[in-house]
Amino acid sequence: MNLFAMRLRGILKKEVLQILRDPSSIALALVMPLVLLFLFGYGVNLDAENIPVAVITEDDGGAARDLVGRFELSRQFQVYRVTDIREAESLMQQRNVEAIVRLRNDFSARLTGSTEQQAPVQLIINGIDANRARLIEGYVKRITGTWAAQRQARGEAVSTGPVSIAHRIWFNEGAESRNFLVPGLITLIMTLIGILLTALVIAREWERGTMEAMLVTPLRRFDILLGKILPYYVLGMLGMGLSVAVGVLLFEVPFRGSLTALAVLGSLFMLASLGFGLLVSAAVRVQFVAAQISIVAGFLPAFFLSGLIFDLESTPKVIQIISHAVPARYFVNISHTLFMAGDIWSVLLPNGLVLAGMAIVFLGLAFRKITKRLDG
Amino acid sequence: MRRIGKNHASDEPVILCAEEVSREFDDHGIRVAALNRVSFTVARAGVTGLVGADGAGKTTFIRIAAGLLVPTSGKMSLLGLDSAAGSLEIQSRVGYMPQKFGLYQDLTVRENMNLYADLQGVPMAQRSRRYEQLLTMTDLAAYTKRRAGALSGGMKQKLGLACALIKSPELLLLDEPTVGVDPVSRRELWKIVYKLVEEDGIGVLVSTAYLDEAERCSHVVVLHQGRLLAEGVPEDFSSKMKNRVSLVTAEKSGQLRRIYTRVAGEEGIVDATIRSGRVRVVREQESAGRLKQLLNGAKVKIETAEPGFEDAFMALIPRERDHLKAAGEAGGGSFSRKAEGDDVVVVHTRDLSRRFGDFEAVKKLNFSVKRGEIFGLLGPNGAGKSTTFRMLCGLLPASSGDIQVAGVNLLKSRAKARARLGYMAQQFSLYGQLSVKENLSFFGRVYGLDNKNLKKRIDWAYSEFGLGRLRNKAAVDLPGGYKQRLAMAAALLHEPDILFLDEPTSGVDPFARREFWLRINGFAEQGVTVVVTTHFMEEAEYCDRMLIMSQGETLAVGTPEEIRNLAVSAENQHPTMDDAFIALAEGNVRNASDQADSTGRQDRDSGGEP
Amino acid sequence: MRVLRRILALVVKEFVTVLKDPKSRVVIIGPPLIQFFVFGYAATYDVKNVRYAVFDESRSVLSRQLIGDIQGSGKFELTGYLDNHGEMAACIDSEKARLVIHIGPEFEKRLYASRPVDIQVIADGRNPNVALIALGYLGTIVETFNSRLDGQGIMRETAPGLQLVERSWFNENLQSRWFIVSALGGIISMVVVMILTSLSVAREREFGTFDQLLVAPFTPGEILIGKSLPGIVFGLMDALIFAAGAVYWFSVPFRGTVAALVVALLCFIITIVGVGLLVSSLSMTMQQGLLGSFLFMMPAVTLSGFATPIENMPLWLQQADLVNPVRYIIIALRSIFLEGADLAMVWPHLRPLLLIASVTLPLSAWMFRHRAQ
Repeated sequence: MNLFAMRLRGILKKEVLQILRDPSSIALALVMPLVLLFLFGYGVNLDAENIPVAVITEDDGGAARDLVGRFELSRQFQVYRVTDIREAESLMQQRNVEAIVRLRNDFSARLTGSTEQQAPVQLIINGIDANRARLIEGYVKRITGTWAAQRQARGEAVSTGPVSIAHRIWFNEGAESRNFLVPGLITLIMTLIGILLTALVIAREWERGTMEAMLVTPLRRFDILLGKILPYYVLGMLGMGLSVAVGVLLFEVPFRGSLTALAVLGSLFMLASLGFGLLVSAAVRVQFVAAQISIVAGFLPAFFLSGLIFDLESTPKVIQIISHAVPARYFVNISHTLFMAGDIWSVLLPNGLVLAGMAIVFLGLAFRKITKRLDG
Repeated sequence: MRRIGKNHASDEPVILCAEEVSREFDDHGIRVAALNRVSFTVARAGVTGLVGADGAGKTTFIRIAAGLLVPTSGKMSLLGLDSAAGSLEIQSRVGYMPQKFGLYQDLTVRENMNLYADLQGVPMAQRSRRYEQLLTMTDLAAYTKRRAGALSGGMKQKLGLACALIKSPELLLLDEPTVGVDPVSRRELWKIVYKLVEEDGIGVLVSTAYLDEAERCSHVVVLHQGRLLAEGVPEDFSSKMKNRVSLVTAEKSGQLRRIYTRVAGEEGIVDATIRSGRVRVVREQESAGRLKQLLNGAKVKIETAEPGFEDAFMALIPRERDHLKAAGEAGGGSFSRKAEGDDVVVVHTRDLSRRFGDFEAVKKLNFSVKRGEIFGLLGPNGAGKSTTFRMLCGLLPASSGDIQVAGVNLLKSRAKARARLGYMAQQFSLYGQLSVKENLSFFGRVYGLDNKNLKKRIDWAYSEFGLGRLRNKAAVDLPGGYKQRLAMAAALLHEPDILFLDEPTSGVDPFARREFWLRINGFAEQGVTVVVTTHFMEEAEYCDRMLIMSQGETLAVGTPEEIRNLAVSAENQHPTMDDAFIALAEGNVRNASDQADSTGRQDRDSGGEP
Repeated sequence: MRVLRRILALVVKEFVTVLKDPKSRVVIIGPPLIQFFVFGYAATYDVKNVRYAVFDESRSVLSRQLIGDIQGSGKFELTGYLDNHGEMAACIDSEKARLVIHIGPEFEKRLYASRPVDIQVIADGRNPNVALIALGYLGTIVETFNSRLDGQGIMRETAPGLQLVERSWFNENLQSRWFIVSALGGIISMVVVMILTSLSVAREREFGTFDQLLVAPFTPGEILIGKSLPGIVFGLMDALIFAAGAVYWFSVPFRGTVAALVVALLCFIITIVGVGLLVSSLSMTMQQGLLGSFLFMMPAVTLSGFATPIENMPLWLQQADLVNPVRYIIIALRSIFLEGADLAMVWPHLRPLLLIASVTLPLSAWMFRHRAQ
């Protein structure tokens, strides 16, 4: 066995034993991802069901009854029938309902009567949560639209308008937000392991004085770098594998790309994160400061500036420019594509290249920062 | 720079050579020299001791030798290689043991050894023989599967040494290897080092703050504030002190402390300590006239003693004397209470025990402390001193047994009961960001001093501890000795009846330690009860009574004399505290608590087990 | 008197330690402000600049009119015209556009013939939220287009149609920034308070100064007051600055009363101080304190309704979420800012907060002394 291999074996074995025996590493590397997965899998959901809606039926006609029935049948709405607008408004003020649908007393008559008059469906939404309000609006439109189209098909007089949209949502036909959130979350979990855990572990070696003893051995700088990268790389990839498995098996998120592509691109992202984490820990030798830096500069941007939840393209230009420095942004894009769309190289390749570049820069800087002296 | 005696190293092949080595650090924009043009050599097959007070530059020097730091100017070469340019090669040929040794606590003894064997590239074929050798030498063979974190302080240190020796280095660098280690382990560690020197002919460079250890070195280098003060063989140092050391024996045993206070810090007196029941005095001149003058009227016997390295060291280091004197007078008239030589028991424990899970940190401890006594809790790191101490102060609940401090259990009592207490924690534990003044006024207000009294007491602290000119400096930026003074001032500001001091002298250099004990003496004279823990055995001499613990158990309770007498034998007529501890730990004497624990047992008749 | 002097000394010391240390001074004001502005802009559900491509086989006046309408809406951004079917898929796949609109060759002819016509739209579902909202916008544009066709007399309705008349309360233009930014201040000031308080006891434990406090004649209650006040003062200060920032910088309407705002924030911050001190009194090191507060904040924020509605969560999780203090302040802040709630109206949301505080604060005070070491 040559000396390099022996040194590497020593440092790797030590690292693995330490991870296995230190509860806080395990907590951060395995428990935290699971907690996050379940939180996001169950807790975070942009799709709504059973939205409480007050429906005012001043009209007793067949058409009105039919339409209200549609609302009652849909799984999106939970209908509260009320008889006048005042009652509905007070329900809304007390936050008991989120929207009011009102069919005036001449609704059925207008629909079946003269051609000149339109039959209005009045919709009042609580707009505080604008996103939810838009969703509700969309659901209402879908119900009324389908109802109208079906009436028309049956030959009953109703117009759907001259131009209508026939839309298809690709990759995510049901527009389920879980399919969008879980792949993004994997990025967050890998960031946690790559940056926070790595930065903490190395800072801890400085604090406990183990680093000093380590430096006065024939270890080369390269050995130190490799000895730190390999175990946490494996840990990060395990975290990724775990997340993918839970996502696909438990949350039934589709995975349409190839695992090879995921492994390769995931590795690039992991290396970029590790490089950043190593850089932080080489610059700061105190766990406390390392934790703060990795949260502020690693974790929070990965959450807010990566397109994980909030759409980047809708933000002001400055924010978009800043977001280009966040590695998580590229991997969020990659994992969304891999999960929902498949191996689309025109998306994967450029993002992968940027990640590779970042990995090289961060690791290179970390290598330069690693020193065998105390005052480096 | 003075040369004492012949240059021991020049006869031997040189393994380390420092030429005008300087090293500066940046401290808030000011360049501070940690080493200032230091030159000396280390010989093969010998132990070179690096001795000095805090901030002498010992650690910096060893770190430069290990290739961890680069000298600002000057040149150091080891094994014929430059310390900066050839560091990789050097690091594969030296063994290094830092102060805070880098054992991986989560790894077992064997795994730690494997790691360093891998890093040092020890061939697999040689390992089993080498391991066996090292494990036998360090007595760790039975513990190879135990995690390093679960070893005692002495065992950790020995394992650290074994890891540093894994590849039979040509030079061994040890940075304060015996701090906080009990006397038994210390002795073993030195045995190992000497065995290596004699059998393998390696060179050893060791830094130490224990002056008695310097005597065991073949060559000593004294550093002070980054400069080399002197070097030579230990005997050359001590021979210079011939006829300057006296032992003063009091005819009445209670007088000892008073004699000590009277001579310590006086003009013409280099050093005064209590050793084996006598006051050891080092004079500036050979004539004993000044000493006699100081002791005029006291009934004492003065003998001449053999000088040691420590005496020479104290004479060598320049320092301020005025504080030492002030310390001895401790507070002057500010403590209004008088010593009442009564027998009121202030602190009392009965069958005090504390468990952490399966681990019994303290086992059935019994002792009492009377008003005005200095009571010492002694023992190596991990003996259970701090646990006991925390229980006494009400910081930690006891698993079983009783504690009473001033008649109450502080954990359960109302906050008011704590107002009579003064507390000085292990290590420096004041608010580092706050200035001296802010710290003092905080603690004063906390203990209910009103504005007028507060000002009076703070002024007292300024003059008493020499803190006045530093009043606006942040506590964290104070020099080591001053931090300790500030901590003490804060604990004394409200004139407490009982003082709890946890390892007050740990990590403090010999000068600050002397000053500290002088002060404690003064307070006790005025009726303040003092409970103090320490792992320096020789400090026990300053206590009225003490309890020696090891691994949670009581080894002995009694006065210093009673304890020392346990170790008296034909070969050793005047055993030191270290000797007594070693004898106790090795079971060479009957467990002393049976014979020496007099006060502790008096009130035990009342009840059975709790 | 002595008690007051003691507490005052502790409070003064706590403030001085926070303000003297440049690191904690920065924690209080610098990063929180930056985060507030960056996230205020970044955290948005409003969809803008949706890139779309058009495959217009009709190439007619009417089709160009429709495209003009889309372009004029300000929500969309045209990336280019496509020449054949094959390009449509590639365009979505490679994310060149998030929406492809296909107008068939018969478009104008059918309309002039008074026959209804479909336009095909493909949306990229990788971000389903953006897809749905963009489709919604498009629907509205097409409706307007339809009524214009009607007005121009090009095509007459043959039968009465359904007409959706919408209005939204409290946030008429459905700006999600109002929704996010009104609550963002609460979240960020929580982070500040958590970091300050979760470290305060742990730091003293690590440096050994906490023993000094325990040995001094303080009751746990007194230490609690001393440790809480800086967090409360700095937290409230930050939260009020953020509230002002929301109103004056992000132009979020403020319809409620200032009294309601101050009281709600105060209740919330006291509660968070309680949680922070509990975490801190359980931790032996700053490291543990920091990890502990992280472990609290992650789920608390995720399940607070800040980014995604609580109503969307499974019922069991909604019930478990009742102990989450953050959910209450989010509701309270939004109703104060956007619904114009006064103190009486937000009170029901503040009661649970005080209830939580009345558990955590005494518990942490008890923990000061009883945390075995």
